[in-house]
Order: sequence, then C-alpha cells, then structure tokens
Amino acid sequence: MVETQELKPQEKMEVATPAEQTKPGPVFTPNVDIFETEKMITLLADVPGVKSEDLGIDLKDNMLTLTGEVKPANILSGEEVLVEYQVGSYYRQFTLTEIIDQAKIEAELENGVLRLSLPKVERALPRRITVNAR
Amino acid sequence: MMLRQMFDLPNYGWKNAFDELEKMRQDRNRLFGSVSGRPYWQTHAGVFPLVNIFEDVNNFYICSEIPGMESKEIQISATGRGLTITGERKIVSEGENVKYHRREREGGTFNRIISLPDDIQVEKIDAGYEDGILTITIPKAEAAKPKTIMVK
Repeated sequence: MVETQELKPQEKMEVATPAEQTKPGPVFTPNVDIFETEKMITLLADVPGVKSEDLGIDLKDNMLTLTGEVKPANILSGEEVLVEYQVGSYYRQFTLTEIIDQAKIEAELENGVLRLSLPKVERALPRRITVNAR
Repeated sequence: MMLRQMFDLPNYGWKNAFDELEKMRQDRNRLFGSVSGRPYWQTHAGVFPLVNIFEDVNNFYICSEIPGMESKEIQISATGRGLTITGERKIVSEGENVKYHRREREGGTFNRIISLPDDIQVEKIDAGYEDGILTITIPKAEAAKPKTIMVK
C-alpha cells in the first residue's frame, strides 16, 4: 500500500504568450491529466473558481482549446492580510493526434475539476462486399 | 574573480560582509520577478494549500483553491487565534488499461495551521466550498474590533 504523500504547494504557471484578452488580469495554465483508453481520450483539468457557464471548450482542426474565466470573489471590501496566490483565468491548448467524434464529446465540471471525455472515432471496420451475380 | 562579478562600479568596496549578500539577494529577487511575472516580494509559506487572507472591520476572510474535493473531506478546526485546515486530496485511479500522456495533478494529504493577528470568535466561523474554492469567514472577537474614541 503506497503511503499517501503530503501535498506540496505548486505555484500557478502563467501562460507564456497569452493572446490579447478582452478582460485584464493574469492568465494561468491549469494542471491537466490526459490519458486514453482504446475508445476514448479523457482530460482532467484543475480549474478552481470557474463556473460551468464561464468555461469554453473548443475543438477545431485537432486543436483543443480550454478557456476558463474566473471572476474574483467579492471580498474586495477588505484589506489584504496575506496573499499567496493570484486569481486569474485559465487557458490551455492541446493538439490532438487522434480523430475525435465531435458529436459525442462530454464535459463535466465538478468542484473545480473539469472532466472532458473525447471518444475516438471508430476505425472503419473491414466490410465484406458481396458481389451480386447477374 | 567573484569580487569582480559582484559589483557594478569599479571602486565599490564592502562596508561589511553582509553587503555582498544583500546585493545578491536583490539581484535574485529582481530576476525572480521577471521570470515568474509576479512581484518578488510575494512569497508563500511553502505549505499546501496556498491561502489569501483578507480582513475588514468585523471579519477575516480566508480563500484557498483546493479543486477536486468534496466539502466533507475538508476538516477545519479552530482555536483562539488560529485555524487548521486538514484534508486529503485523492486522485481517482482511472482503471487498468489506461495510458497516460500527462500527469500534472497531484494528490496527497495536507495540513496547514494559519495564525491570525487578532482573536476570533470560534463558534461563528462559517466555511463554504464552491467550484473548488474554500472560503472561510471568521468573525473577530469583540475585543479585537477597533472602537472609535471621541475626543472631547
């Protein structure tokens, strides 16, 4: 049984060359896990603070783009005592090597974790073609 | 050799041994700021989870980003001036025949004590967990709130 380790704090990585945004603020790359089985590619992304209506998932030409907007909480009435992390939107792009069946993509956002299921297109099975004799 | 690299001006001398270290520290902080893009003075305690603490006249507010947990898995306990946040973040294993392309999310235990600068009312602490963000509202003790004093 593997002993559970202690979590170390990770600093949020800012996007290297963000495209021009409409809203000001820092943009971070969310941590993702990507794994695949025979039939499906699944992507899990940590996007705390993003509500489902603020999440954008775009798949075009094998390029998957995730955008998550974070609205800062309304606790700006107070003064800062300690600020250890910054709040900002999320953006990440991936190139997919497999062809994805776009109609069957499913996305779930729960507790700040996005679960994106991308089913692969079923490979064309060899089909026997019967010859009709005339 | 190291002396020549340390100083900008040719005739700069040490006043004491710590000047050299101070200059190294400033250069490092400036470099750190330009790489990470955030102010060099923004350090953290090195314990998960990272928190932002705000206060106004009546309350303290603590926010922390802990995605992927259930609200009952986070335990918060409080004493007179401090708060402890404990929990375990589990990364669910996805099955047998799974091939990973990337693995960046981590799981594990965390246990953090946060000391606040004023006394707090332990019974009235309110905590909520939404969209992966834990928000704790902590009312200050009456004695700790500032009272205006009229000058006659």
